[in-house]
Amino acid sequence: MGGVLPQTGRALLAALALAAPAAAEIPVPIHYLQLQVEAPPTLSNLDPAPEDLGIAGAEVGLKDNATTGRFMGHNYELTVTQVEPGGDILAAARAALAETTLIVLDAPAETQLQIADLPEAADALLFNASAPDRTLRDADCRGNVLHTAPSDAMRTDALAQFFVKKRWDDLALIAGTNPADISYAADLKASLTKFGLAINSEKTWAFDADMRRNAAQEVPLFTQDLDDHDVLLVADEIKDFARYILYNTWDPRPVAGSEGLTAVTWSPVVEQWGAAQLQSRFEKAADRGMAPKDYAAWAAVRSIGEAVTRTNSGDTATLKAYILGEDFELAGFKGRPMNFRPWNGQLRQPIPIVHPRALVAQAPLEGFLHQRTELDTLGLDQPESQCTAFAN
Amino acid sequence: MLLHLFKNTHIAPLAACLALASPGAAEEIWISNEKDDTLSVIDVATLEVIRTIPTGERPRGITFSKDYSVLYICASDSDTVQVMDPETGEILHELPSGEDPEQFVLHPDDRHLYIANEDDAITTVVDTETRKVVAQIDVGIEPEGMAVSPDGAIAITTSETTNMAHWIDTETQELFANTLVDSRPRHAEFTAGGSELWVSAEIGGTISIFDVATQAEKGKIEFAIDGIHPDRVQPVGFEFTADEKTAFVALGPSNHIAAVNAETYEVEDYILVGRRVWHMDFNSDKSLLFTTNGVSGDVTVVDVANREPIKTIKVGRFPWGAALRP
Repeated sequence: MGGVLPQTGRALLAALALAAPAAAEIPVPIHYLQLQVEAPPTLSNLDPAPEDLGIAGAEVGLKDNATTGRFMGHNYELTVTQVEPGGDILAAARAALAETTLIVLDAPAETQLQIADLPEAADALLFNASAPDRTLRDADCRGNVLHTAPSDAMRTDALAQFFVKKRWDDLALIAGTNPADISYAADLKASLTKFGLAINSEKTWAFDADMRRNAAQEVPLFTQDLDDHDVLLVADEIKDFARYILYNTWDPRPVAGSEGLTAVTWSPVVEQWGAAQLQSRFEKAADRGMAPKDYAAWAAVRSIGEAVTRTNSGDTATLKAYILGEDFELAGFKGRPMNFRPWNGQLRQPIPIVHPRALVAQAPLEGFLHQRTELDTLGLDQPESQCTAFAN
Repeated sequence: MLLHLFKNTHIAPLAACLALASPGAAEEIWISNEKDDTLSVIDVATLEVIRTIPTGERPRGITFSKDYSVLYICASDSDTVQVMDPETGEILHELPSGEDPEQFVLHPDDRHLYIANEDDAITTVVDTETRKVVAQIDVGIEPEGMAVSPDGAIAITTSETTNMAHWIDTETQELFANTLVDSRPRHAEFTAGGSELWVSAEIGGTISIFDVATQAEKGKIEFAIDGIHPDRVQPVGFEFTADEKTAFVALGPSNHIAAVNAETYEVEDYILVGRRVWHMDFNSDKSLLFTTNGVSGDVTVVDVANREPIKTIKVGRFPWGAALRP
């Protein structure tokens, strides 16, 4: 019976046992920097945002990294700084940059740009885990900022592909008035144009009535004069009114966009491709479902971990070169390897199209082709992007 | 009249198959259905499902004892390994397995199971006779692939998120090496008399081959199928032919298996099977290969000599593992 290793194996075992403690540990400090934002008032208070939104994702990513690090002699650490609305985020950023140049940013786009432009951040590697703005991947891109959060355009492209596939080509839109709603509606229209669709009628939701009480009276009337449509789109990124549109429309039509059928980077209903394991790890750690921002933060921390593992280095420049190189791939539980667009630093990733109870489809949908990778049918493509910060 | 006709057409292939099979043996392929909590038993002679047996929740890895008197089942969501009498389909008892057992391998001593605990980053070693946990070994995140060398000296766990093969000395039950592989390793097998270890990487799209004596990587197999994006070519389970000259590799959502020359590491053929092909097993003379196709919920039977699919058999939802009972 076995139990005896081949001689060479034994010799190596001894060598490893000696080598392991002698090898210098590589420290990998990561900072999670959050500028808290006042949430705009909404009609419903059914879904308060979790206090650890994003942070919990970074923490699970750190644990994933640390397990690998234990075998490799890589010592990951995560420090979290939360700055209250109106607080001095730049001072916090400087303090974080004094400790590490690997930073996950959870802040609005303009704040991220201020941080990226700090002299102290020149050689840093910043990960945008929150801001969906097109401009950050376009003319306002920065060579030291990568984006694990998807742009709104990636999400609206995903929906447009779905409508094409379903032949839902008569589309109506109700858009809110918050800047996030307006921006989302603009991306939605651009995506529809990109895939050969258009909106045939559109209304703006600008009421201040409390829809919990009278949605059944108001919404049928409000939607009665929309042209014939297959699906009703809603642009309500602050989650204010659209939840009251569903099942209250004049015509019985599915609702998609910010409510109903949504395109997201992650949702607790994603269970294929090994996702069930990440979901259960997250639920165990955070005691709630994993939200899109958690996933973006997780992907940022895991990208750092993957680069450290493969390069055996904690040097930010080395990590950045590897992450933007051809060999990098992140297993993101979405069915295919993910990497970064070298021209604007956006993480290429499939976009699940979900309703609250199940995955409906995942973009890129079959049949949408691209000469480089089908993932580049989602979001800003190289010829469209005005980003030059990554050009060497 | 109609009935008669049906009978005739049914009998002809049946007789042909029987003639191929070894006389007197009622060979079966057992399939675990991950999302039906059942096993489907396929009669190799008729290529029909002849029994469907309930199990614990989310059955995945399955393996028979060396004398085929019991079947071990990873009932992942029941957090246990069930021991089934294959004659009656009754669960005889359960083994302590650690949480979320996904896949396991039976040591050549026919007594110790090495179990990957997917949610716990642990490999659990269970003595099937005393029904006690012998050891728990910390490994990487999401351990899955399990293998043991033919001489029993080394057990392997691969961890999906840590992207490593962990080498366990079965005498001390401790890790003696950890080797990096490509993204999301899924399955491991020893071959070439135990001198080589093969590890598949689902997201990396490769199989890494290690020299067992030195744990050094000695080769890597890549796959490419015309008309299918490389991202969708995802190697998972694989098995070797009797002469160990050919490996058949399940390529997940590419819906193909590859036939790989195990000496030159070249891919010789791609064979179309069902959707999201996952694991596989042979019949006893290894003339037929049975692949589990998770998304299409069926099993493809492949003629090994001609490398052609010859039949699709409907089983339960999300078939995962396959095991021969000769």
